[in-house]
Amino acid sequence: MTQPAPRPAAPVRPVVNDFTINVATVNGSGSQTSNATLVDALFHMGIPVNAKNIFPSNIKGLPTWYSIRVSGDGYTARRDHAEVLVAFNAKTLDQDLRELPTGGVMFYPDHLKPSAPRDDVSMYPLPVNAIMKEQNVDAKFRDRMMNMVYVGALAQVLGIEMDAILDYLNRNFAGKAKVVASNYDIARAAFEWCAANVVKTDPYSVQRMNATTGKILIDGNTAGALGAIYGGCTVVAWYPITPATSLAEGLIEWMPKLRRDPHSGANTFAIVQSEDELAAIGMLVGAGWAGARAMTSTSGPGISLMAEFAGYAYFTEIPLVVWNIQRMGPSTGLPTRVSQGDLLSTYYLSHGDTKHVVLLPGTPAECFEFGWRAFDLAEALQTPVFVNSDLDLGMNIWMSEPFAYPDRPIHRGKVLRAEDIVALGGSFARYRDEDGTGVGPRTLPGTDALGGAYFTRGTGHTDAATYSEHPEEWLKNLRRLDRKHEHARSVVPAPVISGGGARTGLINMGSTEPGIVEARALLDRAGLRTDALRVRALPFCQDVRAFIEEHEEVVVVEMNQQGQLAILLRTEYPEFATRIHSVAHCDGLPLSAAFIAARVQDALTAPQPEEVPA
Amino acid sequence: MTAPARPPALNSAGLSKTDYKGLPSTLCPGCGHDSISSRIIDAAFQLGLRPHSVMKLSGIGCSSKSPAYFLNAAHGINTVHGRMPSVATGAMLAQRWHTAIGVSGDGDTGSIGIGQFKHLVRRNVPMVYIIENNGVYGLTKGQFSATADEGQHLKYIGTNELPPLDLCAEAIIAGAGFVARSFAGDAKQVTELLKAAIAFRGMAVLDIVSPCVTFNNHDDSTKSYAYGKEHEVPLHDITFIPDYAEIMVDYDPGDVISVQLHDGATVQLRKLGRDYDPASRLGALALLENSKHTGELVTGLLYLDQRRPTLPEALHLPELPLALLPEDLIRPSRESLEGVMAGFA
Repeated sequence: MTQPAPRPAAPVRPVVNDFTINVATVNGSGSQTSNATLVDALFHMGIPVNAKNIFPSNIKGLPTWYSIRVSGDGYTARRDHAEVLVAFNAKTLDQDLRELPTGGVMFYPDHLKPSAPRDDVSMYPLPVNAIMKEQNVDAKFRDRMMNMVYVGALAQVLGIEMDAILDYLNRNFAGKAKVVASNYDIARAAFEWCAANVVKTDPYSVQRMNATTGKILIDGNTAGALGAIYGGCTVVAWYPITPATSLAEGLIEWMPKLRRDPHSGANTFAIVQSEDELAAIGMLVGAGWAGARAMTSTSGPGISLMAEFAGYAYFTEIPLVVWNIQRMGPSTGLPTRVSQGDLLSTYYLSHGDTKHVVLLPGTPAECFEFGWRAFDLAEALQTPVFVNSDLDLGMNIWMSEPFAYPDRPIHRGKVLRAEDIVALGGSFARYRDEDGTGVGPRTLPGTDALGGAYFTRGTGHTDAATYSEHPEEWLKNLRRLDRKHEHARSVVPAPVISGGGARTGLINMGSTEPGIVEARALLDRAGLRTDALRVRALPFCQDVRAFIEEHEEVVVVEMNQQGQLAILLRTEYPEFATRIHSVAHCDGLPLSAAFIAARVQDALTAPQPEEVPA
Repeated sequence: MTAPARPPALNSAGLSKTDYKGLPSTLCPGCGHDSISSRIIDAAFQLGLRPHSVMKLSGIGCSSKSPAYFLNAAHGINTVHGRMPSVATGAMLAQRWHTAIGVSGDGDTGSIGIGQFKHLVRRNVPMVYIIENNGVYGLTKGQFSATADEGQHLKYIGTNELPPLDLCAEAIIAGAGFVARSFAGDAKQVTELLKAAIAFRGMAVLDIVSPCVTFNNHDDSTKSYAYGKEHEVPLHDITFIPDYAEIMVDYDPGDVISVQLHDGATVQLRKLGRDYDPASRLGALALLENSKHTGELVTGLLYLDQRRPTLPEALHLPELPLALLPEDLIRPSRESLEGVMAGFA
């Protein structure tokens, strides 16, 4: 084993529970367990933590980074720089080292040699091969197991408790004592080697807190899947696509556990992997029409393929739920990177005059809540409901409050039963707007009453669902659909508003939330007080207009290139267009607080287009 | 003095044939599709189906308009081009008690919808899938479909250089358990096949040559009335006997294959001089391949296999349709959520 050269301890101020770890590995090398061990151990030490997997679009071999933010203050946004680098990928070693800030620290296998070692960072070479040899790790497992070396090393140098590590391994590999032991032994060996050999020169450490008590660690896609299950979802049709696949996999994992009829053992759900996205939404159309609570999960390219059926379902007024876990498009784009670039395409998805209800969850708890609420909304409004999440929220692990059980019974909307039809004298008008909500009554196939059936069609129709090409009937129908859209404003999730009384308002949506929360603190320190509104649904609730009206300047922060949320706000509220500034940015990575804060200040000082002299 | 009006005949469901009627057709007078609609009405009446327990589905095209022309009292859905199969799949997952009757065309099924058609068959969705096959796009006024004859000429489109798809062969290859071909002009055979298809527990495909009187009724078309009349070669006389009817065998038992369907109904196939076994998958494919070369329009029950589980069976769905499950079966308990949350703590 090599002995690192002793280095005098730098007289630095200790930094406790406030830094970011960047783990650089090779995709497919099995670092998932090691990274999850670190995150879980920190979480169970009561320290707020957030983890992001920045991974390439391939199976094996390309560079991947795992970013763990440790924040005693509870911030969970991505940071632009990590102070602690685990450099286990030879191909990115030099670049990763170059990006390390002064005062940072690097852990790396001693057989990898940085071409330009730095004096202004702490460098800890680890005897990875020697430890693997000592532990007699089978050659075929060596690549995977060597990642446990950095777990043990970080534990020793940063102060992560080995008991917390063992606890995670025991839970994750329950019943597999040998697997637990082989992983733990390597971590332990690395821990002991560091204790004996590493002279700590970096300032970073962790200390047990109690800021995570009662909280859970979960990703948004699992949360969405659980929400759907508690929402009474009965039919799932899906087609694999990153980053939406794990939502379907969550359903596949949890539905059999939670949704078997205790008496018959039958599944109270159907999950079908369809042949493509067109078929997936087609199955939802059939299932929704026939009365099931049907959903799919997809991403941008799938959304495009679903366009025709989306418009059909909007016009025929069939409830269904589509989760759009957004990634960087168009087409393949950056398939494993995050974006909020599908807002406009989802809102207006399809041909003709189509406007959908879109829910915009910003936390795993909201993924759960919108998971069940989406079905209630879809059935109440008799329309497709889209839930636009994204890769960052969907696939990464977040700290969350435990999910709240649905606070109301399942709501099936205006469904007439056979006795209702009889009471109505044997007929009903499927698309007649009796109460001004734009929503008519419907019957389900099988309604055993003469006059209970109707014919669903994508062609023009009267309010009694009979075929019509009459211009007046067409207009009447579209005006009613507009009324329904207006009605939706009052029933979709209201925005979340923070602060009050500031002259500047920030507006955001979805997974930019943690960045906004922290950016507001940074702006506050810089002397700019802000209020914030997070939009949680389209169409906008009345509160959105009121918020803009109440603020002299509004900055809309979003993760796309064109400022799609700002475009919608300016379109809906043209009278306020000049006070709406746009901070729109997307490079595939979640927005950091520092970036948001800087860009908000720029936006407020930059001249508006109309102020620029001709 | 006039005789009192005779009350209409009622079927086992207590309904008259009028109860199975649809809206007046808007298809061209003489369209084969209208004959098929009439046969569907006959079959449903004869079987005593309760209309509210039928779902009728279609895609886009002339054929796909036809669900409006039968069974007014059944729920219907006219979907998008070529993708009725996925809608039918979802509908049958939601409401497994229903009899689903899908009507499609050769363009809808064989061109834009061939992928969904094959997967519908592969999944064995329990339904009757009728292809009203005329080899041409009618609603867009005369373009070739994927079943159009090679070498055929159409006025505005020119000559078709490509071989046709045989949708029966495609269905058999994809795993269909009931595959039949018929001719719209053969009322008895269509009706008997329809009744057998409705009684079949899985996916039943009926490819019915249905001449387009407006765009594809030329003498040189294998989808014309004249060609169908001249070249139809029935494999057998087919008789469908519901389980509640007395079984009358009025011909030599040695020449009859009797197939019992799951619900007790029987299909009797009286051979017409050909030694044909509808239980042989390869035999069915060979027959279709041969008939392509001889120019015969072989009709009848081409293939029958009842062994495959249907999609609701494969997915272990409860007897009560998913759409009708009560809240206590589809929303897990509060305590269960606490348990799930504990696993993430």
